[in-house]
Amino acid sequence: MAGRVPGPYREWMIELEDLSKRYGDRLAVDHLSCTIRPGVVTGFLGPNGAGKSTTMRMMLDLDSPTGGTVRIDGKHYRQLHNPLRTVGALLDAKAVHGGRSAWNHLLCLARSNGIPRSRVGEVLDLVGLTPVARKRAKGFSLGMGQRLGIAAALLGDPRILMFDEPVNGLDPEGIHWIRTLMKSLAGQGRTVFVSSHLMSEMALTADHLIVIGQGRLLADTSMADFIARNARSFVLMRSPEQERLKDVLSGAGITAVPGASGALEVSGEDAAHLGELAARHRIVLHELSPQRASLEEAFMRLTAGSVEYHARTGTGG
Amino acid sequence: MAVVTQVLGSEWTKIKSVRSTVWTLGVALVVTVALGVLISALVNNEYDRMSVRDRLVFDPTYVSFTGMGLGQLALIVFGVLVVTNEYSTGMIRTSLAAVPQRGIFLFCKIAIAGALALAVGMVTSFLTFFAGQAVLDGHRASIGDPGVARAVVGGGLYMTLIAVFSMGVAAMLRGPMLALGILMPFFFLISNILATVSATEKIAEYLPDKAGQKVMQVVLTDDTSPYGPWGGFGIMLLWVAAALAGGYAVLKKRDA
Repeated sequence: MAGRVPGPYREWMIELEDLSKRYGDRLAVDHLSCTIRPGVVTGFLGPNGAGKSTTMRMMLDLDSPTGGTVRIDGKHYRQLHNPLRTVGALLDAKAVHGGRSAWNHLLCLARSNGIPRSRVGEVLDLVGLTPVARKRAKGFSLGMGQRLGIAAALLGDPRILMFDEPVNGLDPEGIHWIRTLMKSLAGQGRTVFVSSHLMSEMALTADHLIVIGQGRLLADTSMADFIARNARSFVLMRSPEQERLKDVLSGAGITAVPGASGALEVSGEDAAHLGELAARHRIVLHELSPQRASLEEAFMRLTAGSVEYHARTGTGG
Repeated sequence: MAVVTQVLGSEWTKIKSVRSTVWTLGVALVVTVALGVLISALVNNEYDRMSVRDRLVFDPTYVSFTGMGLGQLALIVFGVLVVTNEYSTGMIRTSLAAVPQRGIFLFCKIAIAGALALAVGMVTSFLTFFAGQAVLDGHRASIGDPGVARAVVGGGLYMTLIAVFSMGVAAMLRGPMLALGILMPFFFLISNILATVSATEKIAEYLPDKAGQKVMQVVLTDDTSPYGPWGGFGIMLLWVAAALAGGYAVLKKRDA
């Protein structure tokens, strides 16, 4: 867990300190402390109802915390001068007046923060909405609404960007586009904070992970560390002479366990070494493939104790 | 900190880029003027059959404003929609992320919508006065007569305050259906019923619409009234201030 960072390095950062939010007798966010840094995509991961959206709303001062603070650039959100020029956020793609055109929606936001009118056309172009810029947002598909929300987030050319479940409703081309966009924004040195309930999505975009469950911090780690720690890697071996292969492996002090559909799973050995070993003993191999257990599994193991809504397995009960 | 001029500009863009602005304000103007002219014409035909007593208290200015009773409902819808469409569309979260100073946000919104209501209210008031007087023919009042100019300007101010009062109430209630469900019957029915029943007549005099309408009367029919034209207007102003304070308190305190 990151502590307070002193001096100029606090620029472009989001710092949560002991952040809590209580609804009735339920703690939606439970003493959350972490720091979100510039230059990388930070994934904010947790099952549905873990408190991700509540946390993001508190970052933008939309919801007031029950306890703790959020600092952006070392300041409270309300103290930011023209906040859209520092923080751009996509919270809810439907947060648009349906009777207003995409152009006017963005113009309203631009004017409120002293952003030049020309920037509206630029961001519409960037998200590919120029052809429908003058159409009323009511007729937009979920994906178009999402793009409009992203355009609004980019409007002030902010150094810090927040996206709450940005891939929702996007088609595969749109998903690819938003991934590339987030990476390039981080590549420019910006702070990119993106929430998701899908580990597989995060694995493709995030460099750093903050995992929460029932409002509590479960992990704050680099993606590489998370993978190394949680994803078991092994080599899958298949041979017509399965028994002889097993003997050769155990002769070399290597443990092989039977895996899916009669193949052998070998952990802790490198595939090249295993291949050479088989060749030395003239064993024909039909398969020799390095495998990685899914991160989704690791994520589910991590959050297993803190899932808000459990589905019952099986049909009993 | 948000800059007030920027937020005013933003709210102006917001209000002119939705259709409900044009139709609510348009309906307010058309209904008030059309009904005012119609009733003025009917009264003009009846005048010869009126009793001497009725002729003595005949107030041609106030007669031409009769349409406002219905036209004000469109202004209530305008005021309610300006505020509640932020909530019903979810736009409020986008708006407050752009302008986190909630007081500046709310009062810039109300200033712009109020200024627009004032412009339309004044045009409506003058239009309905001159159109009504044209129809009233030989019984007409002139803008130069004592109290008439005050009544006509007061009519425009009254329409503005009805809209601003609705904005304050809407900011407290947030939902368009709830706000309209309370304001519409209040101004259209309850206030009138209370004013007609003798037991509650005195209470009704202090309701925002009944007190505010005093400023549009030139011939004062009841000398029992505890306040004059501007006194009544002052009472209405207090109601508006209370509604705005309530709306601000709710916006300030609650999560968006």
